Parts: sequence; structure tokens; C-alpha cells
Amino acid sequence: MSPLRRRLMFGIPLAVVVVGGAGFYTILRRMQENAYDPHALPSPLIGKKLPVFALPGADGGQGFANTDLLSLPKPVLVNWFASWCVPCLQEAPMLAKLAKAGLEIWGIAYQDQPGDLANFIAANGNPYTRLAADASGLTAINWGVYGVPETYLVDRTGVVRWRYAGALTDDVVSGTLQPLLQQYA
Amino acid sequence: MRKLVFVLALVPVLAYAQEVTRDGVTLSQAQETRAEDIGSQLRCLVCQNESIEGSSAALAKQLRVIIRQQVVAGDSSKSILDYMVQRYGIFVLLKPPFMPLTWALYASPFVALLLGVFGFWMARRGKVAAPAPLSDADAKRLDELLK
Amino acid sequence: MIPELGHFALALAVALAFAQGVIGIFAPGLRDARAMRAAPALALSHFLAIGAAFLALIYAGVVSDFTVENVADFSSSIVPLMYRISGTWGNHDGSMVLWCFILSLCGATVAAFGSGLPASLRARVLGVLGLVSGGFLLFTLTVSDPFTRLWPPPLDGAGVNPILQDPGLAFHPPVLYTGYVGFSVAFAFAIAALIEGRIDAAWGRWVRPWALLSWCFLTAGITLGSWWSYYTLGWGGYWFWDPVENAALLPWLTGTALLHCAIVVEKREALKAWTVLLAIATFSLSLSGTFLVRSGILNSVHSFAAAPDQGLFILALLGITIGGSLLLFAIRAPVLAATGIYAPLSRESALVLNNIFLCSIAAVVFTGTLYPPFVNLLFGVQLSIGAPFFNQVVLPLTGPIILAMGVGPLLAWKRAALLPVLQQLWLAAGVALVVFLVVAADRHVIAAMGLAGGVWVVLAALTDIAGRVRLFRVSAAGSVARLFALPRAAIGATLGHIGFGVMVLGIAGMTLATQKVIVLTPGQSTELGGYTWTLNDIHDAPGPNFSQRVADVSLSENGAVFLTLHPARRYFAAQKVVTNTAAIKTNGFQDIYAVFASEPAGTGGAELRLNRHPLAPEIWLGGLIMALGGGISLSDRRLRVGAPSRKKPAGAVA
Repeated sequence: MSPLRRRLMFGIPLAVVVVGGAGFYTILRRMQENAYDPHALPSPLIGKKLPVFALPGADGGQGFANTDLLSLPKPVLVNWFASWCVPCLQEAPMLAKLAKAGLEIWGIAYQDQPGDLANFIAANGNPYTRLAADASGLTAINWGVYGVPETYLVDRTGVVRWRYAGALTDDVVSGTLQPLLQQYA
Repeated sequence: MRKLVFVLALVPVLAYAQEVTRDGVTLSQAQETRAEDIGSQLRCLVCQNESIEGSSAALAKQLRVIIRQQVVAGDSSKSILDYMVQRYGIFVLLKPPFMPLTWALYASPFVALLLGVFGFWMARRGKVAAPAPLSDADAKRLDELLK
Repeated sequence: MIPELGHFALALAVALAFAQGVIGIFAPGLRDARAMRAAPALALSHFLAIGAAFLALIYAGVVSDFTVENVADFSSSIVPLMYRISGTWGNHDGSMVLWCFILSLCGATVAAFGSGLPASLRARVLGVLGLVSGGFLLFTLTVSDPFTRLWPPPLDGAGVNPILQDPGLAFHPPVLYTGYVGFSVAFAFAIAALIEGRIDAAWGRWVRPWALLSWCFLTAGITLGSWWSYYTLGWGGYWFWDPVENAALLPWLTGTALLHCAIVVEKREALKAWTVLLAIATFSLSLSGTFLVRSGILNSVHSFAAAPDQGLFILALLGITIGGSLLLFAIRAPVLAATGIYAPLSRESALVLNNIFLCSIAAVVFTGTLYPPFVNLLFGVQLSIGAPFFNQVVLPLTGPIILAMGVGPLLAWKRAALLPVLQQLWLAAGVALVVFLVVAADRHVIAAMGLAGGVWVVLAALTDIAGRVRLFRVSAAGSVARLFALPRAAIGATLGHIGFGVMVLGIAGMTLATQKVIVLTPGQSTELGGYTWTLNDIHDAPGPNFSQRVADVSLSENGAVFLTLHPARRYFAAQKVVTNTAAIKTNGFQDIYAVFASEPAGTGGAELRLNRHPLAPEIWLGGLIMALGGGISLSDRRLRVGAPSRKKPAGAVA
């Protein structure tokens, strides 16, 4: 084997490491800019209409079904929450702010007791235009919800455009939600 | 005593048809085994690196119940797995499906072995190095010697 | 006061490490003998400095000094003493200090015991170690400083995670890190050899004890970790292919390949480039493991808090260390002339084959672990790769290794004949075949293959020893005399293989495990694995910082009770965490394993997970035997010539 070929062969490990390093660098930079979350799961519902469901109202609110979300005057945020969930408590002020700014938010209480739910709403305000309850959690499974809080953006034709798992923060709202709202207004 | 031995001897035979109750669902042992097999292929999404079979999380338990109900109803393992993938995406599978995106992954053992054997072969071939070319002075001396 | 001194000691250590690095690397080139002698002194003082910092941090934890933010975040005054000490390394910052401490210990050991090495080699090795240490110490000091203060201090700390309050887990990080970090010495030797442009049999003899020592600790550390997760986490599993477990397995695989290669370099002066590459790769994999755990890129049970900033710093360190060493390799390695020639069938070839398979397994595990983040980066698709994938892909690759392990040690160097070796192994092969047929008859094919493989490896290793002591060909006394005269390295190597065979037996036995999850009310029984399991009672048994519910489960066979287990569930009020204490009873050949999973409301009963694990203890027994074999090998005086030689004059060869 010629000396050149031999040297090239010895350079393969270096080449592999350089490529890998570039990849990791890109991943970390994106994580720093919050453009990438390695633990985020893309929802299979994105780009599709919601699955068939019909949930009863909760705490005096009006329940809703998937048919109610098929044609809307403006995009709707569907927020899955529960009174026993700590990040939901942290998210409550943000939701109140968004509701006051004119965003339509529909809520679904996940595996919650009516009394606890009533206390939660009384203590944190009610940003929800409509409020339903999924006591069994089966509708959540059909949506692919795996924890609370989770927020879905449904556009005017009833197609899901965005799913966020976790409490909504200022960064997420200004960085991702606002542009999407403008896009699908 | 003999009756006891007789009954105990039947236990392995009966076990397969025997009814078990898991997470509130009653099914035969054979069905339970199939359900466990399906469950061990699914990732528990609220845990770190567990299957829904071994997890004590509430969501995992709910999914186990759903799987068992579908097994009792006679659904095939493939349709149950598809049911889960339809809702949670392919991330829920602990072994990714064989598709263009994962060809490199499933090919990796073969590629690694081939590279290793190839590298070994190349190294052995190059072992007997050609002698270094003669310098000009040496070449002249050689010519004179050979004359 | 003490934490401030510790902080100062840490900063001092950074300076000393870089001094050690620069002087060690450049002094031999400048032929400055005095500077070369300075390197060991710097290594020792660097070790003392970081040692002082480490002790200061432990002290702060022991006295519960909550002005130190690390102690306030990860410890509390009600935690028992042992866990106040071990909690020091149970978090990211503290574990980096432990990492750096062990790295400096490696340098100090080379300095103290390396008087048999040529001065220039020793200086370069210490130089490389100094530079690596300096980099990581700088990282610790700047970005993950454990000595940041908190004022005013909180009344009490946040407490130690209850899962971490366990003796097994207290010792797991130090042992594991010693293994990981210990390979830095082999790495340093490889770099020094590349700089010097020379690798010969002497180099092989010097590297082997260091590689062996690290390998022993890594084997013990992984075994300990696996055993701990088995008895603590309550799932009855012992290996989950979790990304961080994989990060520990990868250097072990290449480290094992390195060990075997070092033998060949020492004995036959062949495989030099491969040995150097493996030495670089093993430590690089250790470093990458550190990176992956601390960067937040992977989904894992073990990950410390995600921090992309720290991830970038470590990536830079890795880039310089790994990239630099591989660049050096690409430039200098082609010059390494291999002088040993060997036939396609020989012990060298068997070792190469072994290496190819070990490295292939490492490549597959590596690919599987890193595939999800890269696919996500390139295509935006989130994949998950877990135990089912790894089991399916890795286990077939271990088959050829198991077969080759039996034959390899009996092959001759340079040129071997296969038939006489196979004839020697007729007994081992025969027994393995019988085991296979018996177990496979019950339709447990995978377990059959595993058990047969384990039996094959153990018996083949014993055949090797039997051949060496001329068993049955000389008198019994003669054989015993020969046994004691055998070099310890040979006994160690045989034990290493036996240990691996025992571990394979254990893993194969576990595939035959039986499990049942059932809700029982007090007085009810169920059948599993040929035994009758009865729930007798559920009662409270509070502890110092937890409340506890205990289930009493008794096992009987043919009506006679022979065992009572007490699986429990504990609730730690401070952290709002529930843990399961599995009840395990072992008789050395199988484990009875019971877990109290939950108390379903309204039943008055307990949900129990009952398990029978055949041959489970053999998994960890095998690991321990392997580590023991390595230790015995290390005690062979021939191996210590290059390293410690207190009685012999420097440079003497045994």
C-alpha cells in the first residue's frame, strides 16, 4: 500500500471525530439558543385534525367536542392542565395574561376531582373560554398527551399547528407562539 | 398426598390457560404473556429509559390496561403497536422501525465488522514494505559492482 | 475559612497542572535533565493541591457548612455521616472534583512508581497527564465551581436524594471513576510514544500494568453499578442500555481490547498502531462519557442537570484532547514499524479477531446511543433506541467472542495448528454441547446457547491451566507444584476468562427468570416458579426520615415454609419521594426477589411483583472474578518492572 494511502487510512479516526464534534457543537449551540430541546417530542397530530372526542363541561364551564374546533373565527389554544400539577400553577399567570390580550384559550382538566378543580380555578382565575374535564384520561391518550401541562394550537380550520409540553414561559410565547399566531391568524 | 402431587404436576400445564389479573384486567396467562411482550417494546414517556411494563407511573399503568383490553379483544400485536405509534409517534417504540432513516443504524454491526476485517487485511498486505529506493551514490556503486 | 482554602488549593492545582504539562512535554525535547526531573515533583504537588481541595469540600459536607452552595443544594444535617461524605460526589460539581482528584492521583502514581521508566518517557507521560488535568481543573474552577458561597446560609440543606443514600451507590462513583480516569495513563503513554516516535516491547510492558489496573477498577465499577440498580430500583433488571451505562461500557470494551493488544506488543512487537489507537480511543470514550452526561443531550436516568454552556466548554476540551491526539496519530503512527510477522492462524490473529469483535460491539453501542440526537439534528425526527434494539444487535456479536475465547489462549504464537488445540478442548466442547441440548429441549434456545457458551469458556480456561500443570500426566504433587510455579499473570488471565464465563452463565440464567405481578390480600397465596407465595401481613415500620409500609411474604414448598421476605415501600417526606426496597434472598445460585409495588385503594391488599431469578448472583460474581483475575495479574512481579521497582535498581529487567 502506498505511503499516501496508508496515511489517509490513519486519518480516518480523526475525520470521524471532527464530523462528530461539529455535530455536537451544532446541537449545543441550538440548545443554547433554545431552538432545540433534545427531550421534546414532536406530536403526531401536527398538521392533522384532532381525533374524535366529546368531553363534559367542568366547574360550570361548557364542555366541547372535536366538532366544535373544526371551524373557528380565530386560532384557539387548548390547554391540558390539572390542579395537582405544580408547573400548571406556575403557568396560570401566563395564561391569564394571554387571555386578557385576546387569545382564546380552551381548557381540559386532566384526571382531576371537581372540588380540587374548583379551588384551583378560584385561586388562579379562569382564562378559559370553555372548560372541559377528562376524568379518565382516555381522551388524553388519544391526543398523545403524556403529561401536564400541555398546550396545543389549533388553527381556524381545526388543524393542529403546534404542541408544547411544559409550562409556557415568556421565551416560548414570544419566540414560538406569537409568530405562529400571526401566521395562522 | 398423591392428589397434591397430581395437582402440582398439572400446574405447569394449567398455567398457560390459567386466568391472571393484572392492573385490574383479567386475562389468560397466554394473553398476559403477549401483553407483556408488547409492553416491553414500548417506552414509558414519563420515565427515563423504562418500558411501560416495568414502570410504576400512572400513564404506564393506563397504557398497560389498554393493551390488555385490546389483547383480550383479539387485536394483533402489530395493530396494538400501531395504535400507540399513531398517538405518540415512533419515539414510543424502544426499537425504531426499519426504514430509510434507520438503515445506517441497523447496518452498523455489519459495517463495523467489515471495516475491521478490511483494516486487518490491508495491514497484513502492507506489512512487507518495498525496500527504500537507492540513493544516487548507492545506485552508482551498485552499477560499478555489477559491471 | 476551610472552603476558601479549598478554593485556593483548587486554583493552585490548575497552575501546577499546567506547569506539569508544559514542562513535561517540552523538557525532553530540550534535553533539559533538571526540568525533566521537575515533572514528577510537580505531579506530586499538583496531587496534594487538588487533594486538599477535595478534603475541604468533604469537610464542608461533613460539618454541614451551608454557606457553601454545593452543600446547601445537595446535603442536609439529618443525613447520616456516610452520605454526607459520599454526597460530595453525588452532584455535578463535586463529581468533577473527584474526577480531577483521581486524574492527579494517576499522575502522582506514575511519578512515585515510575522510576523504572526512561526519564524522557516519564516526563512526557506526566506532561500529557498534566495538560489533561489542567484543562479539566480549569473547567471545574471556572464553570462548575463547587466552592461558590451562599450568604445568608439556609437553615438546612435540600437533602440528599433518598435513592443515593445507599452504601453501594456511595462507592460506585469513586471505583468507576478510577477505572475511567485510570485509562488516562495508557493514553498518556500512547501520546508520549507517538511524540517519541518509538513503540517497542518495553513500552508494551510498561503500559500493561496501568491498563490492567484501570480495567480492574472499571470492571468492578460497572459490576457494582449493575448490582446496585438490581437491588435498589426494584425492577429486577440489571442492565438497561441507558446512555450513561453505555458510556461506561464503551471504554470497557475498548479497554479489554487494549489489554489484549498490549500483550501482543510486548510479546511479539506487532499490532502497535492498533494498540496506540485503542489507548487513545479508550480514554476518549471515557471523556465523551463525561461530556454526554453533563451536556443534557441525552435522555438518561443518570444525567446531571442539563447545561449547554458547560457542554460547550467540555466539548472544547474534548476537541483539543481527542482531536489533537488523533491528529498526532494520523501524522506519526504510519511511521511505527511493526516488526512481528505472524501467520493467519496464530494467537496474534485470534487476538486481532477478538479485538475486531469487541470494537464492533463498541461501534454498535456507540452508534445506537448517539443516533437519536444526530437524526434529530439532521432530520428533525425523534427516535428512541432502547434495550430491545441493543439486545438484538449486541448479543449475536458476543457469540464469536465466546467461541474464540476458549480456543485463543491455547493457540501458539506466530504459527498455530488448530486441530491439536481442538483435540485438547474435546471435554469442554462436549460438556457445552450436552448442556445446550438439555436446555434447548425445553425450548429455551437462547438460554441454551448462553449456558453452553458460559460452560465452554469456563471449561476451556480450566483446560488451559490443566495443560500447563500437566494434569494427569504427572503426579498430583507435581501438578500442584507446577500450579504454584505458574506466573501470576497466567493465573490472572485464566481467572479473567473464567469470570467472563460465569457472567455469561448468569446472564443466560436470567433469561429463564419467572415473574408474576399480582394483587394479594393478607392470607392469599399464589404460585410461581414451583413455590407457593403467601402474603401474611402489611404493617407500618417508620424510619428516621421516612415512613414505611412493609409486606410480609412467606414462601413454601410442599406446604413447608422455608423463607419470609419483607419488601417495603418508603416515603421520604422531605423530598416527597417514594422508594421501593426490594426483598432479595439468594442462595448463591438463584435469587428470590419480591417487590411491594403499591397498595391499590379499596382492596386492603398489596400489589406485589414476585420474581425467581436463576443464576442471577453469577452475573456479579463473574464480574468480581474478572476484577480479581486482573488484580492477581497485577501482582505478578514481571509486570511491575516498568512501574514500581523499589528493590531493584532502575532499568533492570526481570
